Amino acid sequence: MRLLFSSLFAFIVAAAVGLGATYFALSRGAAFGALTIGSWTAFPRTGTAGADPYARASIARIGNLPTGLGDGVSFAARTDDGGRPLDGRCDVELSGITPAARFWTLTLYNPDGDLVANSVARYGFTSQEIVRSADGGFAVSIAPRAQAGNWLPTGGVERYTLVLRLYDTPVGVATRASREVPMPAIRVRSCP
Amino acid sequence: MMRWALLFVSGTILGGIVHLAVIMILPRAATQDAYSRLAPRTQVNAVTPLPVASPDGAPMPFMDPAFAGSICRYDLSQGPIKLTVPVSSAYTSVSFYTRYDVAYYAINDRAAGRRVIELDLMTSDQRAQLPEDEDVTAADRLIVESPTITGLIAIRALAPEPGLMPVARGAVAAARCERQPEQKTSSR
Repeated sequence: MRLLFSSLFAFIVAAAVGLGATYFALSRGAAFGALTIGSWTAFPRTGTAGADPYARASIARIGNLPTGLGDGVSFAARTDDGGRPLDGRCDVELSGITPAARFWTLTLYNPDGDLVANSVARYGFTSQEIVRSADGGFAVSIAPRAQAGNWLPTGGVERYTLVLRLYDTPVGVATRASREVPMPAIRVRSCP
Repeated sequence: MMRWALLFVSGTILGGIVHLAVIMILPRAATQDAYSRLAPRTQVNAVTPLPVASPDGAPMPFMDPAFAGSICRYDLSQGPIKLTVPVSSAYTSVSFYTRYDVAYYAINDRAAGRRVIELDLMTSDQRAQLPEDEDVTAADRLIVESPTITGLIAIRALAPEPGLMPVARGAVAAARCERQPEQKTSSR
């Protein structure tokens, strides 16, 4: 009887630890070699043949094709610079400059990776579409209602993820966060 | 007390093994990974254009809506395949994925340095069997080795603004991927 309880206890601990750690690893999209700049995170190694088992498991679970490193690097942001989750009902400003790249695209997704429907059919910007200021920087207003300038509609969704993809860029596995890789800041202007 | 602590530790270790086993097995057991999603809608060793991502649905999550894409789902069991991709005006890239969606090779138009990206895809065994004289010309032939027999090639072209999407779609639709004619009968 005692043996039964003991092994039952050990198995419950094993199940809790095993499933908990797996759920945590996959829901956070954990992998080795993360490159974090501000609120942006990229996993350059995930786009290579040397992707680690966590990266492979994440890819299989999400069901996307990762950006190959010879193609580019994709940075994702789920929070603002203050660490709060991005809320589609707030007015958020994304401003600054991007690292060197031949092209970049900025896209807004819901947490499942789908585009968010909106009245103007705008789901993101490419580096050629964006209106820049005289110093080469740009500002994008991410808000539920129309804004002047570069407006990226949120459709009023509760949570969203921003993905900034750099194409044909020197940013890669060997890149460390520094002044050579400036990523735009994400600030909440107002929240209802 | 000591006994429970010991049981807790052994449970934790067992849990760690379970965790690692699940992580390792997951790519092989996944039914909603990119390859499984694309397999029913693509042909083997032929280029299939994908619809551009929209809120009504996309072939895969986290697709870049500024890109037009085509997929060549390859099967090298019958021999190597040849990939030809015309370069569009803005930016074109070709990424190779294994059966388990690992990106093992990617190249863009500038790195390829030509108007047309031409690549030969084969397994390591097939490359080892290439005739000697073929190897001499290999310098001006780009050969990619696939770690798996099957996999995906994603051909993507950027539309820098929405009006250029038809051009990008045309470029990726004009890509060709087909089994190579028998090497030994060729006169080269």
